[in-house]
Amino acid sequence: MPGKVHVTTTINGESVEFLCEPRQTILEVLRDQLDLTGTKEGCSNGNCGACSILVNGGVIDACLMMAVEAEGEELTTIEGVASAEGLHPLQQKFLEHAALQCGICTPGFIVAAKALLDNEPTPSEERIRLYLAGNLCRCTGYDKIVRAVQDAASAMAE
Amino acid sequence: MATKTEDYLGITDYKVIGTRPIRHDGVDKVVGRAKYGADIDMAGMLHGAVARSPHAHARIKSLDTRKAEALPGVKAVIAVADLPLQEDKIEELGEGAANLQHLRANVLADGKVLYHGHAIAAVAATDVHTAQEAVDLIEIEYEVLQPVLTVREAMQADAPLLLEDLTTQSLGEDSEKKSNVCTHFRHELGDIEKGFAEADLVIEREFFTATVHQGYIEPQNATALWGADGQITVWCSTQGAFDVRAQTAQILEVPVSQVKVVPMEIGGGFGGKIRIYLEPLAAILSKKTGRPVKMVMSRTEVLQATGPTAGSVIRCKMGVDKAGNLIAAQADMRYESGSFPGSWAAPGAMCIFAPYNIPHVLIDGYEVLVNKPWTMAYRAPGATNAAFASETLIDELCEQLGVDPLAFRLKNSAKEGTRRADGPVYPRIGHEQCVETARDSEHYATQFNGKNRGRGVASGFWFNVGLKSSAAASVNPDGTVSLVEGSTDIGGTRTSIAMQLAEVLGIGAEEVKPQVVDTDSVGETDVTGGSRTTFATGWAAYQCALDIKAQMIERAAKLWEIAVDDVVFEDGYFSSSDASKTISFKELAGRLDETGGPLMGRATVNPPGVGGAFAVMIADVEVDTDTGKVEILRVSMIQDAGKAIHPSYVEGQMQGGTAQGIGWALNEEYAYNADGLLTNASLLDYRMPTCLDLPMIETHIVEVPNPGHPYGVRGVGEVPIVPPVAAVANAIYDAIGVRLTILPMSPGEILKALWTKNGTT
Ligand code: FES
Ligand code: FES
Repeated sequence: MPGKVHVTTTINGESVEFLCEPRQTILEVLRDQLDLTGTKEGCSNGNCGACSILVNGGVIDACLMMAVEAEGEELTTIEGVASAEGLHPLQQKFLEHAALQCGICTPGFIVAAKALLDNEPTPSEERIRLYLAGNLCRCTGYDKIVRAVQDAASAMAE
Repeated sequence: MATKTEDYLGITDYKVIGTRPIRHDGVDKVVGRAKYGADIDMAGMLHGAVARSPHAHARIKSLDTRKAEALPGVKAVIAVADLPLQEDKIEELGEGAANLQHLRANVLADGKVLYHGHAIAAVAATDVHTAQEAVDLIEIEYEVLQPVLTVREAMQADAPLLLEDLTTQSLGEDSEKKSNVCTHFRHELGDIEKGFAEADLVIEREFFTATVHQGYIEPQNATALWGADGQITVWCSTQGAFDVRAQTAQILEVPVSQVKVVPMEIGGGFGGKIRIYLEPLAAILSKKTGRPVKMVMSRTEVLQATGPTAGSVIRCKMGVDKAGNLIAAQADMRYESGSFPGSWAAPGAMCIFAPYNIPHVLIDGYEVLVNKPWTMAYRAPGATNAAFASETLIDELCEQLGVDPLAFRLKNSAKEGTRRADGPVYPRIGHEQCVETARDSEHYATQFNGKNRGRGVASGFWFNVGLKSSAAASVNPDGTVSLVEGSTDIGGTRTSIAMQLAEVLGIGAEEVKPQVVDTDSVGETDVTGGSRTTFATGWAAYQCALDIKAQMIERAAKLWEIAVDDVVFEDGYFSSSDASKTISFKELAGRLDETGGPLMGRATVNPPGVGGAFAVMIADVEVDTDTGKVEILRVSMIQDAGKAIHPSYVEGQMQGGTAQGIGWALNEEYAYNADGLLTNASLLDYRMPTCLDLPMIETHIVEVPNPGHPYGVRGVGEVPIVPPVAAVANAIYDAIGVRLTILPMSPGEILKALWTKNGTT
């Protein structure tokens, strides 16, 4: 086993350093070493989106990114979506629309939807469905999730 | 108003019930702070992994763990010999029951592996990678046996036997015949031969449904600590902490009081998170190492080795007279139970003809062992398979009679007083109202035409369950109430339960602070399953509130120095015949210390008045006849909730069930090769619907109160998965003129059916 690698990165706006094995994913480091367990693991091979995080503003599956690749990048996890002022409009709208049941997919959806709205403030329903197609939810049938994203987009436009 | 025979209170001016407050656990779940089972971390914690069978059916000739044990970082390796032997005894598990020997042999294979992925040994190591490496170092020799993969193969006289001692329980008696058939049962109503003789039109078909998985996004997990004092604590994501406690204690042969189960947040269950898999392994590994051990399944393990729901073969025959009355119905239902007995033909048989009043019925059910994982409940288990058969035949009858399928369903609907073939006579039920609501909907009134486009409808039934629930609550000095209960919250039930308490006490939903607690902290509570949580634990909360109310009335009487029966409580205020004496719930809560000290309410219930639930679905589809792909263009789910406590979460159940049903209809299946190996154990290849595959899901909540609940609540969680498969099949027929009798109705099956129809095979 090769030695551990030192990684310097930015997570939720703060500079973070960690040691990791080359075989570890960033998902594993976030969850097991940095105590950022809001990012969930549903499949570990890029098929469910529960582990969605932002890397330099773009959404990726953290289970498909090696931890060493975080060097010098800017990561945002679900823990970085709300601010001291309060919840992000997406989080608020997910609550109001009852867009979560078990909630295991929720962090991934909110992070992915944030990436969408950050770049496209007024997406159509079709566009929302396409953008979120990499995130699986088994509980809701997606109806209330799509509506929450639409409503958050409207709220953010005001 | 309420009559003596009813528990229903007939309240019409609810204050809290029927509103849509934000759920109490919501903020934690949208900011990523809620702790699910896999989020646990503890000082000194080890990580476990499981060695699993690469064969579907094999005898274990030898097992050598020495190399694994020698790997640096490995702290313990266990196999079945580390599990105490079990007697031949049945344990009730909320939704279903299990023989303890089978439960043990499923936790770790005992001499023989019965499915691809069957657990054989387990390892604890300092990190998960080392544990996995150790698993690969375990040397196992097998004598590979012929796998039995279908009901038809399994029932043949010369079929290899999975469990060599199993004898068929036939019509309630032990046949003493060794076979893969665990059970054969029968329900009879009227005289089936006479019925078919009287019918003017009879249709019969055979239907096949594939094994499907619940598909919860969170894999199974368990963390256990076997303390030096002998106390065992298990943290896990489960539908029923008390069921995990009972099973774990049985398998470990310790008293239940020695096991505490801490229910973590749970990422979906749908019936699949009731049986134990990892819990006893983590506990024994912890005992051996003296450290907490955490085990989390991979997605592959979830698909290979937890309990999917039964594949089935159902032969169904129905007859009507010229006037369109259903006269006779017969079904032969053969369900796979997987590797151990305990399948879902029995509940399927309770549901197959349940929406209708049919004088002559005969149902034969069989539960059959095959070399697939031990099946488990999946949302109205057995009923979706059944409705695929019966609701497709009804569509065909309607077509041949030239009648509207909803009009036919209304004419033949079961109602209060109708006897179901398996015995029960219905109290007040809402199937007719669901059909009428569907018929009168804007969706049904809107024409849907076009090439390769079609509409289908179907009904569904699920009986729901009651079972045990407990709750306790304490009144806080600021007038809020802290509520503890034992039902894992998978879809907003903390809130729907808290609302039922709030309604009694005249306080707001947000003034109740509900908590789901561990098995040492609340009275016994059965699973979050059977659509029972809002019904039964909600009832416990209601009862608990009545207890608080009675005690608060005593306090008011004490405060005012008047007789208890001179105090009334209404709309959040206590008052007496002396008009100057009035005090709000909140004010009185602030004066508990001077009237006798802290105040708690408690309740345990096991309500018998379960209200069955019906649903009707309308589906509009378009079929691409070049590719065989079916596009769902519009769907409506109409369902009788009895009373929707929190309508948003009722709609959520309806929409989620609809989506799962559509996945079952079109894509989902366990794909086995000839050796019995599961070839699609990933979420890429086990294809569940994404948001791009579905439209908005329209919901119509019907409220026909359940006479057996104070607020009229019926369970809502399960029935919405029952109609979709048949509704989609009927829509496909309407679109392209072919009747699909195989699930999933994948592009391949659709093209095959089209080619057969057009003679272009
Ligand atoms: S855990 Fe990363 S996509 Fe599923
Ligand atoms: S809310 Fe359970 S998976 Fe989406």
